[in-house]
Amino acid sequence: MADEVILLDLWSSMFGMRVRVALAEKGIEYEYKEQDLRNKSPLLLEMNPIHKKIPVLIHNGKPICESLIIVQYIDEVWHHKAPLLPSDPYQRAQARFWADYVDKKVYAPGRKIWATKGDEQEEAKKEFIEILKVLEGELGEKPYFGGESFGFVDISFVTFSCWFHVYETFGNFSIEKECPKLMAWVKRCQERESVFKSLPDEKKVLEFVYFLKKIFGIE
Amino acid sequence: MAESDVKLIGAWPSPFVLRARIALNIKHVDYEFVEEKFGSKSELLLKSNPVHKKIPVLLHAGKPICESLIIVEYVDETWTSGSSILPSDPYDRAIARFWAAYVDEKFFPSMKGIAAAPNEEAKKAALEQVESGLAFLEEAFGKISKGKPFFGGEQIGHIDIAFGSLLAWLRVTEKTTGLKLLDQAKTTPQLAKWAETFCQHPAVSGVMPETEKLAEFAKLLFAKMKGINPQ
Repeated sequence: MADEVILLDLWSSMFGMRVRVALAEKGIEYEYKEQDLRNKSPLLLEMNPIHKKIPVLIHNGKPICESLIIVQYIDEVWHHKAPLLPSDPYQRAQARFWADYVDKKVYAPGRKIWATKGDEQEEAKKEFIEILKVLEGELGEKPYFGGESFGFVDISFVTFSCWFHVYETFGNFSIEKECPKLMAWVKRCQERESVFKSLPDEKKVLEFVYFLKKIFGIE
Repeated sequence: MAESDVKLIGAWPSPFVLRARIALNIKHVDYEFVEEKFGSKSELLLKSNPVHKKIPVLLHAGKPICESLIIVEYVDETWTSGSSILPSDPYDRAIARFWAAYVDEKFFPSMKGIAAAPNEEAKKAALEQVESGLAFLEEAFGKISKGKPFFGGEQIGHIDIAFGSLLAWLRVTEKTTGLKLLDQAKTTPQLAKWAETFCQHPAVSGVMPETEKLAEFAKLLFAKMKGINPQ
């Protein structure tokens, strides 16, 4: 019996993109179902009753929630191809640590850069740049966070790259200037089919943010 | 005597440190417990966890592993003695990780919200959040344990550790609010029973803080927090 794989997602979500990249890395066919978060579908509410959020992966009818948990699930089920996590337990712990760091730290200040003004925005920008510098430090001279191969930490962070244009535009700064090595890593990742096919155009994301600011009445 | 191969940097009141200790106990790992002094951070801690500067930190042959749930998974993968902490089936593993993350991201903050509540109204709202969280966990327990004593089945598993580590603080919260949150008779009969079983487990009983002692510490902690300017 063939696997049935469905992804409940939102095109602009950097969390949903992580799952798209993982599925693409593994060559898994799936049905993409775009969700309207202002009018949540019965399917979404049934599959993620606790958080009511995307992404949700539905594998043969069973839901898996939380993007990094989904990516690990995908890696464990489809383990015969393109391993995303290292095999060594210590390396795995390090990978989980850095993906967790991205999860805890990047989103909130990033959002404040486009959603706030004045001092609050300045603080957020400073914090955001600092966090990127920590990540750049961790990347070091390696081609990917995982070393020679594209993996879990790369997936957890590269999906924010299509939002960089938004942060730069509203924050009035250049990520290339602040973190050149990180941008080199972004370009390297974007050459992978799994990445360039899964991430939306950054101009579309910027347009979307202008739209969001308008409908939420954010100046 | 050779330097201890396994060290855990921590403090007895921390539920996160407790998670690491329970995991190490399940695997029968001998370790040196390096207790941090309340109110200060040791050189070893700052060197071992420069990013977050927090406990627990597991040091295995000098190499640091940080973040309690990551430590638990590392311990499970590294030591094969004792029972497995995470299930072997990928779907069950995803469910275990989901609920452990839920405890960290939703349940624990709602518990802290009760102590941090500036007025009665806020306190009531925080309590309602805790109660609804417990209702979710009660339902999850029913589905996941499948009639066995733990979320992990016959043995303590990942969710048991993630959630069970908070029990002493939950008891302190019950003491200070005068409310029964884990209620045998009414709202959470399965969890009430589970809590008792969990706390009596040999991997837990020696390291779970006593409610009285923790309540005293909580008073000290909140007094200190009120004396410090918010950042």
